[in-house]
This record gives sequence, C-alpha cells and structure tokens, in this order.
Amino acid sequence: MSANKEETLFQQKVDAEQKIEPKDWMPDAYRRTLVRQISQHAHSEVVGMLPEGNWITRAPSLRRKTVLLAKVQDEAGHGLYLYSAAETLGVGRDELVDQLLTGKAKYSSIFNYPTITWADMGAIGWLVDGAAIMNQVMLCRTSYGPYARAMVRICKEESFHQRQGYEIMLVLSRGTPEQKAMAQDALDRWWWPSLMMFGPSDKDSTHSAQSMKWKIKRQSNDELRQTFIDRTVSQAEFLGLKIPDDKLKWNEETQHYDWGEIDWTEFFDVIKGNGPCNRERLAAKQKAHADGAWVREAAMAYAEKKAKRQAA
Amino acid sequence: MSSTNEKDWPLWEIFIQSKRGLDHKHVGSLHAADAQMAIENARDVYTRRNEGNSIWAVLAENIHASRPEDQGAFFDPADDKVYRHPTFYPMPEGVKYI
Ligand SMILES: [Fe+2]
Ligand SMILES: [Fe+2]
Repeated sequence: MSANKEETLFQQKVDAEQKIEPKDWMPDAYRRTLVRQISQHAHSEVVGMLPEGNWITRAPSLRRKTVLLAKVQDEAGHGLYLYSAAETLGVGRDELVDQLLTGKAKYSSIFNYPTITWADMGAIGWLVDGAAIMNQVMLCRTSYGPYARAMVRICKEESFHQRQGYEIMLVLSRGTPEQKAMAQDALDRWWWPSLMMFGPSDKDSTHSAQSMKWKIKRQSNDELRQTFIDRTVSQAEFLGLKIPDDKLKWNEETQHYDWGEIDWTEFFDVIKGNGPCNRERLAAKQKAHADGAWVREAAMAYAEKKAKRQAA
Repeated sequence: MSSTNEKDWPLWEIFIQSKRGLDHKHVGSLHAADAQMAIENARDVYTRRNEGNSIWAVLAENIHASRPEDQGAFFDPADDKVYRHPTFYPMPEGVKYI
C-alpha cells in the first residue's frame, strides 16, 4: 500500500475514534510526537518526585509523612506506566533515561520551582496535581491505545493527590495567623506557574493543531487552562485565600472568569534551563542514576548466575 | 552516566488477575533482572491499591502477535459463519428454557 493510502486509512481510524495500537501503521511524525510527549510526561512524573521528596523527612506528623510517601511513590509508578507506553513505540528505556540525564529531554517546568515551606506540599497537591489532572483526564481519550490506558490508571490515583493537598491548605488556612499566611504565600508562588503548566497560549502553540487532528490532544491549552481557573476560584474562596490576580473577575456574559496575563518570558526562561532549580533537579537525577549503577549491575549478574545454575 | 555500556535489564509484560475467578489482564510492562524481581516490582507498581490477587510476568521477547496489516484476511473466516450464533436458530413461540 502507498504511504498516502496508509495515511488516509490511519486518519479514518482516528476520526472514527478507533485507538491506534503499537503494531499499527502510523505516520512517522505521529510516532515522533508521541515519543516526545509521552517521555516528557514520564520525565515530569519522575522529576516531580524531587520537590515533594524534599519534605518527606520534615512532614509535620506521621500521618502527613505516610501520605506524602504514598503520593511520591505513586508518581514513580506514573513515570513507569508512561515509560512503558513510550517503549511500545520502539524506543528503549535506556535511551529515554539518557535523554533526561543529558538534559536533552524536557520535563514540566513547574518542578523547577523550590519547595520552601510545608504549605508548598499543600499548594502542589491542590494546584499542580489539579492542573495535571485536567490534562490527564483529557488524555484518557487520546488516540494512542497504550498512552490512553496508562492515563486511565494514572487518573484513578491522582484524585487522592489533589485532595491531600487541599486538606493541607484547609488545615493551614484554619490555623494560626502565621499558618494562614504560610498558605497564602504558597498560593501566591504556585498560582502562576500552575497556569503555565497548560503550555503556551493556543495562538503560540506550535504542535497544537496537528495534535488535535490526530486526536493526541482533545482540548486546547487555553480551554483546559480556563476550565482549571473556573473550578479553582471557589476552592480558594472556601479556604479564605486570595488568588494573586487583580484582574480575576466573573464574567456573566461568557460564564467564565476573566483573568490577567501570564508572564511568558518567565515561562520560556524556565524551559530554557534558567529556573530556580533546573540545575539542582538534573544533578539529583544524575547522582541517583550513578549511585544506582552498581545495584543494576549486581542484580543482572545475580540473575545470570542463577540462570546458569538452573541450566546446569 | 550513560547507561549504554551497562547490560540493560530485560523487558517483561505484566498480567494481573484482579480477583479469583477472573482472567489475567495485560496492564503494562517493566524492566527487571529476573522473573522474581519482575513479579515483585509488578506488585509495587501495578497493585498498590489491591488491584491484584495474582501476577504473571512474561519476557516481552517471548510474546508473539498476529499482524495488524493482515487483520482482514486473518480474521475473515469468522465473518460468514452466522450459524455459530444462537440467533441463527429462531425458536417457535411456546418453546421454553432454550
Ligand atoms: Fe502523577
Ligand atoms: Fe500526582
């Protein structure tokens, strides 16, 4: 069959809401886009463990420590589900990990911000996981089968992440004035970076149109961002905290909130590697990988020895 | 830092039975040095919330699959055999329990 005919059949399948499976014919660019997107997503889950891992030893109670540990462990699992989905497209895990460790691959910029107070654990669960959920719920319907299935698994686990974060914010905002101020400060610092998580505005987004046609994405960055804002405002009000945006205002006509302007220079600067923690995050991953090398080698040597003994 | 000179752990496909009596279902894959590690790691990543009661790990290279490009020709012997379905046999009114 000619590539043109294949491509038409492929698009028909996508339009008919049939999932694309690993061994199906697919355009090279579809495959490349998926490998890039899924592996970036996997890296984000894994690097995302670092800012929260920072507070595991200092969680204020045993309950909070247990919960935070469970959440961070979930994120490791999410990374695994996604690497596993990416590998169905013909890339090796070692290749993907190399791309992360050499700084060639990107991950979500949000994880390049520091977690300086306990309230950041609340803000991250509530806002960062909340924003991720918006995106991930959409991706449960993405056209590539293994990616969609990984997302369904992830979404089932995410809602606890957001709730435990909101609960932290709730306790702090009902606490002493200092605790409430700490919660407000965390909201102030995480609000705008959370909005940036949805990616560039539709008019500046390079891959969006093609990804929508292939049904990799089902909603645009701006649509998802607006829904997130619409849902989050009342949650902030319930906490008695103020979202740091003077232009935020309900619009009766559009039935949405109007809001201010994202600082896109900051966004692109962090992507380029100049965020507060880019270097630290990468160094932590490189160190963990290097420190684990002997474990990987020993496990392999042991498995080989065992197999030989069994064969004898 | 590059892992290219290390021998990579092989890839295992993981199947989980969620409850006794049900079939094992494919859930994803993972890398592990041997079968035992594959099963233990599968427990940690795929059954953190009691999703499973039994785990199968199969080396990915041992799975053979039909080819999607011959899907039509491969499965069409089943297309014209309506008599394999009970609806092919209308039963007269009054016949019960069949
Ligand atoms: Fe996650
Ligand atoms: Fe999460």
